[in-house]
Amino acid sequence: MTVTEPAPSEAELERHFEHTIAKDQRIEPRDWVPEAYRKTMIRQIAQHAHSEIIGMQPEGNWITRAPSLRRKAILLAKVQDEAGHGLYLYSAAETLGGDRDDMTEKLISGRQKYSSIFNYPTLSFADVGVIGWLVDGAAICNQVPLCRSSYGPYARAMIRICKEESFHQRQGYELLMTMMSGTEQQREMVQDAVNRYWWPSLMMFGPPDDDSPNTAQSMAWKIKRHTNDELRQRFVDMTVPQAEALGVTLPDPDLAWNAERGHYDFGAIDWDELKQVISGGGPCNTERMERRRKAHEDGAWVREAAAAHARKQQQRKEVAA
Amino acid sequence: MAFDNAYEALADAHDDARWAFGTGFEDPLSGVDTTVPSGVDGDDLARYCLMLGDDALVLSHRLQEWCTRAPELEDEVAIANIGLDLLGQARLLLARAGKADGSGRGEDHYAYFRGEHEFRNVRLAEREHADFAQLVAVVLVLTTWRLAVFQRLRTSADPVLAAIAQKGVNELTYHRDYAAQWVVRLGDGTETSHATMVAAFDDVWPLVAELFETHDVERRLPGVAADPAEVRGEFDDVLAQVLSAATLETPQVRAKAGVAGGKGRDGRHTEAMGYLLAELQSVARAHPEATW
Repeated sequence: MTVTEPAPSEAELERHFEHTIAKDQRIEPRDWVPEAYRKTMIRQIAQHAHSEIIGMQPEGNWITRAPSLRRKAILLAKVQDEAGHGLYLYSAAETLGGDRDDMTEKLISGRQKYSSIFNYPTLSFADVGVIGWLVDGAAICNQVPLCRSSYGPYARAMIRICKEESFHQRQGYELLMTMMSGTEQQREMVQDAVNRYWWPSLMMFGPPDDDSPNTAQSMAWKIKRHTNDELRQRFVDMTVPQAEALGVTLPDPDLAWNAERGHYDFGAIDWDELKQVISGGGPCNTERMERRRKAHEDGAWVREAAAAHARKQQQRKEVAA
Repeated sequence: MAFDNAYEALADAHDDARWAFGTGFEDPLSGVDTTVPSGVDGDDLARYCLMLGDDALVLSHRLQEWCTRAPELEDEVAIANIGLDLLGQARLLLARAGKADGSGRGEDHYAYFRGEHEFRNVRLAEREHADFAQLVAVVLVLTTWRLAVFQRLRTSADPVLAAIAQKGVNELTYHRDYAAQWVVRLGDGTETSHATMVAAFDDVWPLVAELFETHDVERRLPGVAADPAEVRGEFDDVLAQVLSAATLETPQVRAKAGVAGGKGRDGRHTEAMGYLLAELQSVARAHPEATW
């Protein structure tokens, strides 16, 4: 006869969860978690995965036209990395019971979001560099603290992703450096790209703290480590000297060092624009969603064939056995 | 545990070599002895390198077009990977051409500043892929053929070509395997996928014979070049095996004629090639003085 321990009560499980969080230990897939944590975490990881996948499009736009074979290799490798990040993240969400088909469905039906930045167009090859420098730079600011997320599989995914993002950022900055030492036209292309991407990059950190309702809970669960405004400030402080080294002007007349705060002050962000872009009115929302939907739908017959073949193989094995 | 050392893991900043091949250098043959072996005609060696390099460059371009359009994320990664490998092969071969002909021209000169009639790729490489079945059919055919050629080139009298082939064999083995697996899945899968796969091979097959025609340049480079006519048997064996597993028949369709006696290897291409190059070369040509 086996003696089984009585199952722990929900209150005990909850205490254990809170204790794990308080001690800064990781939650692992086998651990009990409150339903709200599970749902929030799946949504956070899925939206991050969606951002990687949709984020392939603006840069993918330039792969076939990249003006040197080295730049082409870099860009192709980078966009490939993003597909890999998306896969990795969907897998992390699956450890919490998320389903990839379901998450994809939520993306293409617009029920789950992706980063607003990818709803802006890439209009010249300089955009490739500026996306590497500013957009990946902002992503790194956002993501490095997530390497300490309380959810273990996500934290570990973030380590690898941040590592590759740092390649991307350096490659972007190096492209801009090269272009800035090139022709006058190239310098103009870079400045124009900076003008278009600076403010949307600042918006990547999300709404201001006083308008970010989920931040408190996420910080308590340690799935978010710094507030939106803290991360935004860190990004600005990091980027201004890089812009000076590059020789570009950031399009903000209010940008100035504040010795008292020990930070750069910057101008007011157009939050109406962010709301418009998030709610579907950005310059490329329709195109990005349409491309993803079409790829998924065009691939349906291929996925069905793979499943049918696998079933037939299984049947053949059973007959042979 | 690893995740406790996130910041440390991120700190070692100088490890570009760990990223994808080809992202960290301007000249793929930097530091390599590129002396043309005695008795070998440098111009012919360059022409031969352009043939093999253009095949890879142009097929890579067609694979790049699939980016963000693949049926599944795993295939997104795989197609980009094959595209990157082929781009790497193209860069090495174009760079070799510039050393062999003594012109010192770099890979970008050949990729961006040649006209359509100067490209020497086989016409199948430039074929557009109307659907995923065509993609895997083209990749299976071209990589099976190229793998057989590269296996022979490993013993080429040109040590640079031999080294490029050595690297390429490992890559092409994977590419062929990827495509073969998909041909089998689609051929055996559903009625729809079977019919689509049949149509794809019917579309591709008229351009297959061209792959095995020995060109004058190849004839003039015994011991250096591989004679493509010699690999036909090996190609047929592999294809027969894959098609059989996929429940497909070898297509019975006529080969496509050349134009005025010339085909891809002579710089006579299909109408699709002009558009491909217009796209590939557009930015580089709009800014000929620029550095990237």
